[in-house]
Amino acid sequence: MLRIACPFCGTRDHSEFSYGGDGSVTYPALDAPMQDWHDAVFLRDNICGRQVETWQHVHGCRMWLMVERDTMTHEIFSVRPAHPGLAGALEAAE
Amino acid sequence: MTRFTAWNVFWQGMTGQKGWSRQWRDPEPKAHYDVVIVGGGLHGLATAYYLAKAHGLRNIAVLEKGWIGGGNAGRNTTIVRSNYAQPGNREFYEHSLQLWENLSHELNYNVMFSQRSHIALLHSPGAIDAAARNYNTMRLTGTPDTEIWDLSKLKRAVPHLNYAPDARFPIMGAAVQKRAGTARHDAVAWGYARAADALGVDIIQNCKVDGIARGGGRITALETSRGRITAGKVAFAVAGSTSLLWQMAGLGRLPIESHKLQAFVSEPLKPLLDQVVVFGMGGAHFYISQSDKGGMVFGGDLDWYKSYAQRGNLPIVQDVAEAAMSVLPCLGRVKLLRHWSGVVDMSMDGSHFICKTPLDNLYLNAGWNYGGFKASPASGWWFADLIANDRPAPMIAPFDLKRFERGVQIDERGAGPDCKLHG
Repeated sequence: MLRIACPFCGTRDHSEFSYGGDGSVTYPALDAPMQDWHDAVFLRDNICGRQVETWQHVHGCRMWLMVERDTMTHEIFSVRPAHPGLAGALEAAE
Repeated sequence: MTRFTAWNVFWQGMTGQKGWSRQWRDPEPKAHYDVVIVGGGLHGLATAYYLAKAHGLRNIAVLEKGWIGGGNAGRNTTIVRSNYAQPGNREFYEHSLQLWENLSHELNYNVMFSQRSHIALLHSPGAIDAAARNYNTMRLTGTPDTEIWDLSKLKRAVPHLNYAPDARFPIMGAAVQKRAGTARHDAVAWGYARAADALGVDIIQNCKVDGIARGGGRITALETSRGRITAGKVAFAVAGSTSLLWQMAGLGRLPIESHKLQAFVSEPLKPLLDQVVVFGMGGAHFYISQSDKGGMVFGGDLDWYKSYAQRGNLPIVQDVAEAAMSVLPCLGRVKLLRHWSGVVDMSMDGSHFICKTPLDNLYLNAGWNYGGFKASPASGWWFADLIANDRPAPMIAPFDLKRFERGVQIDERGAGPDCKLHG
């Protein structure tokens, strides 16, 4: 069982969360060339080691989170809100 | 190599089993091979065998970083079927099933292929209609042994399922493929290894590829833990680790993520279940059969997050146990003997890749998702054909890396481009 420290709810079992995917993927502009969209939708780095990925706390606050995790050891290094404004507000409050 | 014949089995029995030769050699790697296959799983071994048998090549090596049969070859739930409805898949898996039907004779090795039928339970009128559409498609396109069973026929065949009318998902019928079944996974790896070795293929275990040298749009050499090996042609068959090798060759990203899939086996029981039974409903996913040794072999969903770790997580153990109890309540007091996990290539559309690559002498076999075990004979057959002839046969032409650029997805499940959903 992974334990994910949700910044809003506290540390919870990963079964409360839903894995999104590779958090480094950014979507291109709507009028970007087809190849850019192909690459963003279909191609993945598939890192063995530290990667940033998205999780949603579906059985909790329902917020999307960015989790930095090792895909071999499953060690979790950091968790922050995926929404940059919320992440900034939490940092300012600390 | 001593062949397995009735006479040899009898004679060795009379003479203390002392006359058997080893099943395959343990050669030192040579400096050069015409074809080097990276990955000594079922797909790599089958490819080597068919390259030697059907295409007459002899100077072939299979490099395996661990031992053969130690990766996903030995971590699956051994189910063989061909009930696919998508064009491309259905012809490919039907060809594979036909190869399975003669595999023990072909390899002179008993792979214990048992065509005990594959029964997918259906739980709503809508599910029955959808299955009827799929299975009618199969009947019209070369897989004639697919049937829809009503409840009375199903109850006669498998009387001990949970048929309670007030179950959360009451059983209403089943989609059945009668020629489907199971095989002994270790025996398939050993059988292909032994038969390939007898044709001169070098099977080199404990040989990990650490580096890939490129020049002029080709792979020029592989740096391995047992020395530098040059090759005329290089073939990757390393599902689970494909992205790592792909990036080692400097080729960038693939439409693949590595996920882990668990399997379970119980303590051995007297004969209980003479079919493969599959339950998939409302988020639950469960498949079970009984091995010849008596253990109940079963599995469920992926672990739901990307991982290269060959160990499973506990929420899935609970999910699978709950599904087992809802379908076969008689298993409630059976002890779990072992569970394990393998790392699988989950592709963006749930289908595989057997194709040429951006490098002239590199060929790719990858992306087997949940389906690699049943596919291995046809995978080896067509991958060997691709390597020997340097062009994709029509059977595998749809399964290239460019299909997403063409707007084509071979998405049996209709789940869309999210690797973890193609279970």
